Amino acid sequence: MSRRADSVAGVPPDRPHVFSKKDLVDIESVTEDDIRLVLDTAESMREINQRAIKKVPTLRGKLVANLFFESSTRTRFSFEVAERRLSADSIAFTAAGSSVSKGETLLDTAKNLMAMAPDAIVIRHARSGAPHLLARELPCAVINAGDGAHEHPTQALLDALTIRRAKGRIAGLKVSLCGDIAHSRVARSNVGLLTKMGAAVTLCGPRTLLPAEIERTGAIVVSRIEEALDGADVVMMLRVQRERGGGLGFPSDREYYDIFGLTPERRKLAKKDAIIMHPGPLNRGVEIDSAVADGPDSVILDQVENGVAVRMAVLYLLIGASGDE
Amino acid sequence: MGETPATFRKIRLMDALAMKRVTARMAQEIVESQGGTEGFALIGIRTRGVPLARRLAAELDRREGARVPVGVLDITLYRDDLTTIASSPVLKRTEISFPVEGKTVILCDDVLYTGRTVRAAIDAVLDFGRPRKILLCVLVDRGRRELPIEAQFIGKRVATSSSEIVQVTFGETDGDDDVWLLDREASLRPANGPRVPRKVAKPAKTAARAKKGTRRP
Repeated sequence: MSRRADSVAGVPPDRPHVFSKKDLVDIESVTEDDIRLVLDTAESMREINQRAIKKVPTLRGKLVANLFFESSTRTRFSFEVAERRLSADSIAFTAAGSSVSKGETLLDTAKNLMAMAPDAIVIRHARSGAPHLLARELPCAVINAGDGAHEHPTQALLDALTIRRAKGRIAGLKVSLCGDIAHSRVARSNVGLLTKMGAAVTLCGPRTLLPAEIERTGAIVVSRIEEALDGADVVMMLRVQRERGGGLGFPSDREYYDIFGLTPERRKLAKKDAIIMHPGPLNRGVEIDSAVADGPDSVILDQVENGVAVRMAVLYLLIGASGDE
Repeated sequence: MGETPATFRKIRLMDALAMKRVTARMAQEIVESQGGTEGFALIGIRTRGVPLARRLAAELDRREGARVPVGVLDITLYRDDLTTIASSPVLKRTEISFPVEGKTVILCDDVLYTGRTVRAAIDAVLDFGRPRKILLCVLVDRGRRELPIEAQFIGKRVATSSSEIVQVTFGETDGDDDVWLLDREASLRPANGPRVPRKVAKPAKTAARAKKGTRRP
């Protein structure tokens, strides 16, 4: 077939169109060019989700193993939809009822799966660094779908796509993340990505839910939500992660809502055209009021929609071509 | 693989004026074959099928006052050679904002060669619905098909050898309108590339190394 992307005089050559890594394990290790490539590719993938036949043959014959050692609805469903839309075969693996419950180590599980020659492994694990271990030890592409309180790179990418679509850019925006920052891998990936892309990130939450040495992220840290909201272009609310001990950082849900909840009154402090984001699942009446979550500025469901496109883009970029040479 | 091999300009197949005439003629042929300007749409295959489709639509607007829908198709996700190339090619947007159901779709591309791009484009169009008919319009048909695919509207037919390259440039995408036959330097030619006699035999201007990018098999 013709090589359609050949450069022609008078037209700037396509930006480096190769994803620079074998895996997507964190935002920290990807370049700005990689991020832009994923977002641009995802933008093109979105169109497939509007078609009569929402499927393309691109990953025919490729096998993706979804290893979810930690519960997930949204992310897992999103990856599965993305895999199917690209015609990849996928196998699901859940920790409960598997060999893991019989005492097998992560690496042994993964090596056994490797014998079935998957082209990519999507992994969610409660331990930070689990995807990195697999990426190092296995020849296939490894995609981190959330590792402990460390990173959730595809979430940050879908958030970036949502912001870019709503605002036309990322650089120069004031983005405020409020809530349980300490236990949030979403926050960690988002701060990394947004700072890389030139946004001014403000973090806000109870002191007990802010991680140690938070200033090193390059974000501005404030303790009052009013300060975080003031003049914000993007407000991202984060859930209190009780499963990681986030509930211990404050006396009661009621008090949390009173001091840190995004109420319709507080929303007015942000810019008029600000967008409200939340990675889900929502705790209505704790970190966010229903009137805001379901309000006209909420892009929460756009985030879910963009999630499929971003995961399609990542899969395509990592395993679409042979990867040889 | 990534580098353009050394090529030189051999023959100018069309200049801007010839491209204009050919486009006008093809627009005329389309109207005649379709019995008017209703019931069909033009879909340009990225990259250089798009300016062709837009120019045909502009021509139809100019002479018939007709607004023919124009779509843009990126066939990257349908390519049959993804498993043979090292890295995923850049994906650009597909924009087909009209229903193809029951319509005649006229696919437009700059050069028809192996037919593999067109095969991919047909598969892609079928994912948007069931068109009544799919036709193909190309500026240059250079022969050497690898699939049983033919064009219904052809700007120019040229017999070529496998070492040659047909380079189409459009003002919109490349700065100027031109169609050149390029050839690789002798040392880079495939050893057994047959030398096919050519219909068009204007003398090559100079054997200056082509500066433009190329479109290769």
